[in-house]
Amino acid sequence: MGPLAVNDIISSNTNFFLAFVIGIGFGFVLEQCGFSSSRKLAGLFYGYDMVVLKVFFTGGVTAMLGLLFFSLFGWVDLNLVYVNPTFLTSAIVGGLVMGFGFIMGGFCPGTSFCGAAIGKIDAMIFIVGLFIGVYFFAFGYPMFETLYKSANMGSPKISTMLDLSDGVFALILVVVALGMFYAAEWVEKKFPREEY
Amino acid sequence: MKEKMETTNQPKKSGYMNPYIGGVLLGLVLLAANFVAGRGLGASGAIKSVVVATTQTVAPKYAASTKYFKEYHEEHAGSPLKNWLVFQMLGVIAGGFASGALAGRLKFKVEHSPKITSRRRLVFALLGGIFFGVGSQLGRGCTSGSALSGMAVLSFGGIITMMAIFGGAYALAYFFRKNWI
Repeated sequence: MGPLAVNDIISSNTNFFLAFVIGIGFGFVLEQCGFSSSRKLAGLFYGYDMVVLKVFFTGGVTAMLGLLFFSLFGWVDLNLVYVNPTFLTSAIVGGLVMGFGFIMGGFCPGTSFCGAAIGKIDAMIFIVGLFIGVYFFAFGYPMFETLYKSANMGSPKISTMLDLSDGVFALILVVVALGMFYAAEWVEKKFPREEY
Repeated sequence: MKEKMETTNQPKKSGYMNPYIGGVLLGLVLLAANFVAGRGLGASGAIKSVVVATTQTVAPKYAASTKYFKEYHEEHAGSPLKNWLVFQMLGVIAGGFASGALAGRLKFKVEHSPKITSRRRLVFALLGGIFFGVGSQLGRGCTSGSALSGMAVLSFGGIITMMAIFGGAYALAYFFRKNWI
């Protein structure tokens, strides 16, 4: 059955319309969780508010388990679901650069649009920065190209790399997430901030 | 007046959703994206589409002769704005606005630590955005498209990028602490 668009069960226009609807859900949930506030997001890096860790890993684990169960029930063909490719060097360097941006700017791209939607001027300026960054990459592409394309490993799954079944890796990730939630609750008590 | 005094004396509630419930809802949205479109959520991809579209409009000759834009067209057919993530991001703005309106959080302001000025906050917001913009291109997606969506489909690269993002931020957290705490 699924993915609906890949299997031509819905038209391309319906798919775009559903993208908009899914986006509404995405933006609504992010804002409800407080992701429109840079000071809440940055709490992760100082321990005073671990909401990012809690929402992020609960979300990731929920979607991962959902996909595995959907696949088990025959509702979605996982072979037709996009798996992000791995260009190892670029993934690590890009991730680090994004991390530097995160601690300086207090947002990531998705959350900055949420913040801007409710009037956060710092979020709007962050978005201006994002555009500058992407234009810089586009115009300076020859400078980045070697790094961008090096260490192409295809689209491996981490479970395959570790020689585990998807289900066993999922179980490990669930246990790790629960451990992190326990730690996060403890950290928030240890580094409390009354008002921020 | 009196009623107002009393409400402000109440123990403060955050007004935000329980993070674990929020996380489950976020996961269901991501699951829906994969079920419908066979792909996850994203944000930086929409910015890339706008960058390609504006460059083609403003400087069509440059775009037609430059490698980055040529490669984009080999991978994406049709108009760069007719893109799944562009529609999804328009939804994000609408959904964020609706949530803020319902919660009474619509307000123009620069949010910053009382220890720093608005100006400093905005300078760092701009710098942070630039870094995140460049990084999201190298990482082939940002926290949403690479890290979160990658984790859901067990992508090795997505999980590596996720660890690098959080690792990079923690590595510099000490030096930027004045901005936040």
